[in-house]
Amino acid sequence: MTAVSVSLTVNGKPVSETVEARTLLVQLLRENLRLTGTHVGCDTSQCGACVVHVDGRSVKSCTLLAVQAEGAKVTTIEGLANGGKLHPMQEAFRENHGLQCGFCTPGMVMSAIDLVKHNPDPSEREVREWLEGNICRCTGYHNIVKSIRAGAAAMRGK
Amino acid sequence: MPDSGIGAAVRRKEDARFLTGRGTYTDDINRPGQTYAHILRSPHAHAKITKIDTAKALKVPGVIAIFTGADFAADKHGGLPCGWLVHSKDGSPMVEPPHPPLAVDRVRHVGDQVALIVAESRAAARDGAELVEVTYQELPAAVTIAEALKPGAPQVWEQAANNTCYDWQIGDPVAADAAFKGAFKVAKVDLVNNRLIPNAIEPRAAIGEYDVASDMHTLYTTSQNPHVIRLLMGAFVLGIPENKLRVVAPDVGGGFGSKIFHYAEEALVTWAAKKVGRPIKWTADRSESFMSDANGRDHVTHAELALDKDGKFLAFKVATKANLGAYLSTFAPCVPTYLYGTLLAGNYATPAIHCSVRAVFTHTVPVDAYRGAGRPEATYVIERVVEEAANVMGMDRAEIRRRNYVPRDKFPYQTPVALQYDIGDYHTTLDQALKASDYAGFAKRRDESKNAGKLRGLGIASYIEACGIAPSVVVGSLGARAGLYESAAVRVHPTGSVTVYTGSHSHGQGHETTFSQLVSSTLGVPIENVDIVHGDTDKIPFGMGTYGSRSLAVGGSAIFHAMQKVIAKGKKIAAHLLEAAEADIEFSNGEFRVAGTDKKKTLTEISLTAYVPHNYPKGLEPGLEEQSFYDPANFTYPAGTYVSEVEIDPETGTVTIARFTAADDFGRVINPMIVEGQVHGGIAQGVGQALLESCVYDAKSGQLLTGSYLDYTMPRADCLPSFTVGTNVTPCTHNPLGVKGCGEAGAIGTPACIMSAVLDALRPLGVKSLDMPATPEKIWRAIQDAKMPKAAE
Repeated sequence: MTAVSVSLTVNGKPVSETVEARTLLVQLLRENLRLTGTHVGCDTSQCGACVVHVDGRSVKSCTLLAVQAEGAKVTTIEGLANGGKLHPMQEAFRENHGLQCGFCTPGMVMSAIDLVKHNPDPSEREVREWLEGNICRCTGYHNIVKSIRAGAAAMRGK
Repeated sequence: MPDSGIGAAVRRKEDARFLTGRGTYTDDINRPGQTYAHILRSPHAHAKITKIDTAKALKVPGVIAIFTGADFAADKHGGLPCGWLVHSKDGSPMVEPPHPPLAVDRVRHVGDQVALIVAESRAAARDGAELVEVTYQELPAAVTIAEALKPGAPQVWEQAANNTCYDWQIGDPVAADAAFKGAFKVAKVDLVNNRLIPNAIEPRAAIGEYDVASDMHTLYTTSQNPHVIRLLMGAFVLGIPENKLRVVAPDVGGGFGSKIFHYAEEALVTWAAKKVGRPIKWTADRSESFMSDANGRDHVTHAELALDKDGKFLAFKVATKANLGAYLSTFAPCVPTYLYGTLLAGNYATPAIHCSVRAVFTHTVPVDAYRGAGRPEATYVIERVVEEAANVMGMDRAEIRRRNYVPRDKFPYQTPVALQYDIGDYHTTLDQALKASDYAGFAKRRDESKNAGKLRGLGIASYIEACGIAPSVVVGSLGARAGLYESAAVRVHPTGSVTVYTGSHSHGQGHETTFSQLVSSTLGVPIENVDIVHGDTDKIPFGMGTYGSRSLAVGGSAIFHAMQKVIAKGKKIAAHLLEAAEADIEFSNGEFRVAGTDKKKTLTEISLTAYVPHNYPKGLEPGLEEQSFYDPANFTYPAGTYVSEVEIDPETGTVTIARFTAADDFGRVINPMIVEGQVHGGIAQGVGQALLESCVYDAKSGQLLTGSYLDYTMPRADCLPSFTVGTNVTPCTHNPLGVKGCGEAGAIGTPACIMSAVLDALRPLGVKSLDMPATPEKIWRAIQDAKMPKAAE
């Protein structure tokens, strides 16, 4: 199997790895870099547990080959908190019980932050529609929606 | 401590790690020297294996070893055991076929395990699997209940004539028949309880490891009950004594029942790790989950309810056929029997009940407990027939329920189907739900919908469940092959912090927070000084794990009793230090006091004394650590009423849930935020069953047609509304916490509630019955069918 090298920035740190050409970005993150906060919940790019930011956009890291991230700036859930201080969206999920088993949570948080970038004050309906690509089996989404709207308010500085 | 004690919405302790990506799920663990496994699965529903050729596959770079059913059988190990024995009505035991972890000469469902490929990487293992040559002789398959019961149907097991595992009954058929003879009206329903795939978002995974020096096996696995897995796998499958087998269930990404059971992959990686001399990790991809996780539900039922002229229920008769799949999963036999037939009284004082259940083998994935397990099926049957009863009697749907509920003053209430409800107040939760949902204002909202061209329906469903599973003596007499107590050890450290070791397992329920609140408020220790340890058989006492909404009622009660032992010992030490009689020592808010005086010692002073026993009661053991095994006296009986409103577009059949209101009685509530979250999640799964989800096999070939998230419709955020939830409290009478359990309620009450609303919306068009899931297509067809002129009516 062809080995290729890929260089990118992950959570602000430059990394270079040699991987099989067929390696997915999520595999590079989880296996090579041991950033296991990004999860794999399906094999059809439906569940969204693997959402990370690539150059500031939310991307399902199971849909991207690692080599396609060459030169990109990738942020994972591990790169969100500033020192010991949670990102406002993480804090909103904690405060509003927006997670139960925690497995879909990293993808939800990463996806939510991208939503707020596009739409600083999303309505309940807009949040629900945005989450079309993120599946949660625990919360019934009620508290996730609440968390994201609270997180958006916090990101707006309110 | 009002902000962290019982009843406070304490924010969860576990969230810090989950929100920062620092949880440790099984697939996050890598062991030194680890290899990777891929399971080759059957592409056929039913076939003979005539040959397996692994020669080419073994040449694939990175492939280390390949194991087949013959290899496993050669080691003379056992098969996957079944944990519950059900007897047929004629007294004969159920048919209990073998369940080898790897198929030996025959495969019995698509996804059945055929070979284990071990390699240096996941990719290499998969490459190897593609070159394993299996020669199958395809055989006809029995896929649906109806087909499997036809004369001459393909047989799943030779020993199970007519594909029947057992033919069970409960209740009094003579009394029920007699009551029907005097009925004023009879309400009848025929319904299907659709088959579901649990779909915890974390796929199952397992890592097996063997240490030669200590002869110790370790299994990391996505389990709700590590000790149960250790017992089943160690004693029945691989013959490993407990002291040489450690099972760790670390952070687990949702279970919903599907991670209770002992699965083949757990045994295979544990067994093969010793063979290859290196740890082996197996992680399911979602496609494998779809064809190997135990499914839920899958009943076909006919039910009849006899009523008198006042709408009082006289008798209830239920005949159900339940699909068990191809093999008996761990607790499969009890789900359509003792978790279903025993619940058919529901919230009602129906004097005579009879239920028969025929359990059927088919060439499909095994069926076992899924959130609610038997109780959603029971609730659905009861509430569908109650709705039909209101219809045939021309009565208000709330009123017919109110008239038939077990009255408040009749508890404890002995049902005709074995269970004894200790306490409840169904009238109050009904009234709460009707008020919170503005039942009175529905007619106006229906008119508004009508003006907008939409059909609006209101749904009501009451439910009861038997939780806090379960009194060991009772379940033992019903066929359980295990006790269902729970364990706890409470260790007060020398300087007064506390670690609790619980047999319960948290996979989203927030035990680390709820149990800490319980400990904090009972012992008067700050909540941050309390840690909850679960999920590792090397750390926790033997315990039964988490399912059946049992963790707080059973596991929490064990913690409570262990704490009482700690307090009792502390009183002895305090009496000695304070030179008072033990009987005069009182404990509250973390302080031992001599009653009526200001003489006191803090828990920290007592714990320090216990570990540095220089000035100490004669004959008392040092240390401050106590253990308890709590075996409940009865089940707990959470109950409630849900009200929903749906709006249907008659042009497309699309359903929108406009409102959803839940009024539940879970007994005493420790953390209302967590309880509400559990209800939300259960409601969503119930909506999934009612409107979206259905496991579909091709009825002839047995191919799984809903094998991915592109085909199996999971509830997504935009399918659901926000929910209104509330509770009423009647404290459980027989556990020390007064708690009942909240994990399954939403999934139990919701399907019936949503279908009640859908049928209410469609009834004016002449639609009388509809099976779940009520998809737009099904609704649209039902509307068109109702429009057709009826030939011979």
